[in-house]
Amino acid sequence: MPVKPLERVNDFVVKFANVNGSGSASANRLFAMSILRMGVPVSPRNIFPSNIQGLPTWYEVRVSERGWLGARGGVDMMVAMNPQTWDKDVASIEPGGYLFYDSTKPMPTDKFRDDIVVIGVPLTEICNTRYSDPRQRQLFKNIIYLGALSALLEIEPKAIETLLREQYRSKDKLIAPNIEALHLGRDWALANLECPLGLRVRRADAVGDRIFLEGNSASALGAVYGGATVAAWYPITPSSSLAEAFQSHCRRLRVDPVTKKNRFAIVQAEDELASIGMVIGAGWNGARAFTATSGPGISLMQEFLGLAYFAEIPAVLFDVQRAGPSTGMPTRTQQCDVLACAYASHGDTKHVLLFPEDPRECFEMGAQAFDLADRLQTPVFVLLDLDIGMNERLCKPLAWDDAKRLDRGKVMTREQLEAGVTFGRYLDVDGDGIPFRTYPGTHPSKGSYFTRGTSRDRFARYTEEGPAYVDNMERLLRKHDTAKRLVPRPIERPGPAPTRLGAIFYGSTSPAMEEALEMLAAEGIALDTMRVRGFPFHDDVPAFIARHDRVFVVEQNRDGQLRALLTVECGIDPAKLAPILHYDGTPITARFIAAAIGKALRGWNVTPLRRVAS
Amino acid sequence: MTYLNKPVLHHPKLKANALGLTHRDYEGKVSTLCAGCGHDSISAAIIQACWNLSLEPHRIAKLSGIGCSSKTPDYFLGPAHGFNSVHGRMPSVLTGANLANRELIYLGVSGDGDSASIGLGQFAHSLRRGVNMLYIVENNGVYGLTKGQFSATADRGSASKRGVSNSDSPIDMVSLALQLGATFIARSFSGDKTQLVPLIEAAILHKGAAFIDCISPCIAFNNHPGSTKSFDYVRAHNEAVNTLDVMIGRETITADYAPGTTREIVQHDGSTLRLHKLADDYDPTDRTAAADYLQRRHAKGEVVTGLLYLDPAPRDLHAGLDTVETPLNRLGDAELIPGAKAIERINAALR
Ligand SMILES: Cc1ncc(C[n+]2csc(CCOP(=O)(O)OP(=O)(O)O)c2C)c(N)n1
Ligand code: SF4
Ligand SMILES: [Mg+2]
Repeated sequence: MPVKPLERVNDFVVKFANVNGSGSASANRLFAMSILRMGVPVSPRNIFPSNIQGLPTWYEVRVSERGWLGARGGVDMMVAMNPQTWDKDVASIEPGGYLFYDSTKPMPTDKFRDDIVVIGVPLTEICNTRYSDPRQRQLFKNIIYLGALSALLEIEPKAIETLLREQYRSKDKLIAPNIEALHLGRDWALANLECPLGLRVRRADAVGDRIFLEGNSASALGAVYGGATVAAWYPITPSSSLAEAFQSHCRRLRVDPVTKKNRFAIVQAEDELASIGMVIGAGWNGARAFTATSGPGISLMQEFLGLAYFAEIPAVLFDVQRAGPSTGMPTRTQQCDVLACAYASHGDTKHVLLFPEDPRECFEMGAQAFDLADRLQTPVFVLLDLDIGMNERLCKPLAWDDAKRLDRGKVMTREQLEAGVTFGRYLDVDGDGIPFRTYPGTHPSKGSYFTRGTSRDRFARYTEEGPAYVDNMERLLRKHDTAKRLVPRPIERPGPAPTRLGAIFYGSTSPAMEEALEMLAAEGIALDTMRVRGFPFHDDVPAFIARHDRVFVVEQNRDGQLRALLTVECGIDPAKLAPILHYDGTPITARFIAAAIGKALRGWNVTPLRRVAS
Repeated sequence: MTYLNKPVLHHPKLKANALGLTHRDYEGKVSTLCAGCGHDSISAAIIQACWNLSLEPHRIAKLSGIGCSSKTPDYFLGPAHGFNSVHGRMPSVLTGANLANRELIYLGVSGDGDSASIGLGQFAHSLRRGVNMLYIVENNGVYGLTKGQFSATADRGSASKRGVSNSDSPIDMVSLALQLGATFIARSFSGDKTQLVPLIEAAILHKGAAFIDCISPCIAFNNHPGSTKSFDYVRAHNEAVNTLDVMIGRETITADYAPGTTREIVQHDGSTLRLHKLADDYDPTDRTAAADYLQRRHAKGEVVTGLLYLDPAPRDLHAGLDTVETPLNRLGDAELIPGAKAIERINAALR
């Protein structure tokens, strides 16, 4: 049944359904960038299978002048370029939404819906008339649909042209043909279709000085600024681009200007065991080192992580989380490694975790992780995920304070040893649980020690005596306590009205949560929130929970992993923490969070404020 | 386990080397291995070689995996930092350490279980990367520390202490090292210090991946008749293809060699290796011929020892990565942090 077509300005979702390897990525990115250049925030997301060529991929762009960057759910316009996924793609369009497709070959009428607006553009025909080279036909088809969309959605062609000029700055022969293709599509649409549609982009001023980048690249830049010199990694989606970005940042930023030699060493190891082994060897020897991996890699690193914990060796791990095992959903996002990282390895171990919310925090925490690892002499995990790692996200510009110095932690120098300062590798001289270490090769006769797990005393002398073991384990707990004060503090925000309800969330859930809070507020539901940014939990975290009757813990995994960590580590009654869990591999949405919280409250018979008032 | 003092060295112990250091300065803690364990003799040979070369003990980093053999770095070179890491993973830890500071000397000590079983992968990859190190496998054909199970280097048909025959094919670490591209490869015997000490010296001076497979009988679990890694078996079947003198500049460091034809090879660091041929048909600079020779002799039950392969001009991992001469762990903030201006430029490119 016909429905009124959607009318929305600067607030809609366009999804591109493509075939993997068809060269659509660059045209799709131009689409998102051109809207940004018109001052309207966008948040694009790649949805792709674990395959290189031939399988379907999607690129979803949420346009939101209000600045909502979380996934919204639902599609207002589908650019259906993949016959394979046609049925599902068409079915996913919101009633009153739009379907854009290549109408060169006629489609049977039962392949459409009557409650959407269908826009056919004979892309293949336009392309084949103009181009004879098959490769050109393929590539320019993408630019032609971009041109047609610019007419339909009122995207300024100038914005796209500028982007094309920037993109092909070093290959300027490509600029004119691309601009030509753009206008080929645009002119066809203007001549043959009713432009614009109900969905429209209107120039605004809502982007400001924000930047647009991927969390993986930002993390890698954080590693550069954090002074990392050694990187060892084994390819795994969605983390590979982090290691690759480190390589390209280093090539620009870390080459000795005189000798042209590298102030970094990157090794693609034979597996994750070797990656973390190299990181630990380098950390032991005083270089800042990291690895980038995902869940299956973390699993393989377990034994080494225990060694690093007990032998107290700095190491940084970027875990770009994804769903499940290698044959799980390796290209889908989740926050499913929280427990695996927090308690990684054998024996009584607990690790330091950081939870960046966006690329800017990936940069900040990426750099900070190295200071923390050196200060605490322990592995530090930066837990990002596919959603922020592999998608470009709008965020505040990166900032660096030139007055900042790298904190190398407690390293005893040759001079101190020479002056007769007592050195005990596992001696807690300051009461914070953190001992001094020495780098190998420091002094001819003082400060050397033999590194092993826990079968040693405060002076690193071999012993298997129980009291020495317990003494050491208690010091490690003191050190863990010190870490609470060093990891980034949680961020608290009061709800729109006084409330006994709270919500805790972390990492990439941020933008969806922010939007959900507004949706809930509109229903008269107020929640105080806390965004947790590190583990061990700062004292503010249990204090926040104590101040509320019920606290929702919103996360992207099945088992409520952060919630479990809160109950165990802060001694909290699980009944007080209500899990809100999203784990189907897609990014969490505001709609989901608001609905789940609303449903839970109805179940508890909590009446929204507004209804009380009316 | 008995807590015996390490075997007394017959050399004039308190003689000083070029640095004015005596043997004592190269020793470590008292060994806790079984009295007579081959591994202790290798420790003694390491001490001797480092003293001979007048190395500063604290400029050496000792790394090992897990096993009786991997415990030994605590028993030599006390002033050096040591790292008893995890089972089979010494090579990666050593690689990382080497990346952090290219100026130290890296000594990796491992066992046949550590390197041929659980750690075969890391053994292989560290050699093919050309990590500048001496990698010694103290090879006894068994897992000593877990009480005598066969390791992957045990010969097919050799018998365990309880009389069980090993039915699996052995891994020959030297043949693997040849294939993998190690640039210094030797085999020796813990019972032959005259052969072993100069091999360790030459391997330390070698600026690339140096590997020594050192047969090192396990007194407790693999020194009985029927074993091919016992003292008696190795003595009876040891076929040394050469002996070696290591010379730095004009000075002869080691004398006392058996007669034969000689050949001199200058290593990249300037040291000269004078090889005394014992087997006429053995050419230690021919990788494929060496591999062929070793297989033929092994089939006859011989244990070929000596300097088995040498590439005098190796390219190490740092050369491949083109890293700066300054050790990475000594680079300061100014060399590491691109600064606020660079961030501004990066931001500008991301809009
Ligand atoms: C992951 C792991 N698995 C098993 C062990 C138990 N383990 C300790 S030493 C060893 C074998 C050591 O054999 P080898 O390297 O030949 O040393 P040896 O004692 O013979 O010198 C084993 C299996 C361990 N430490 N770690
Ligand atoms: S068990 Fe064997 S390898 Fe271990 S110390 Fe005793 S003799 Fe040596
Ligand atoms: Mg062994």
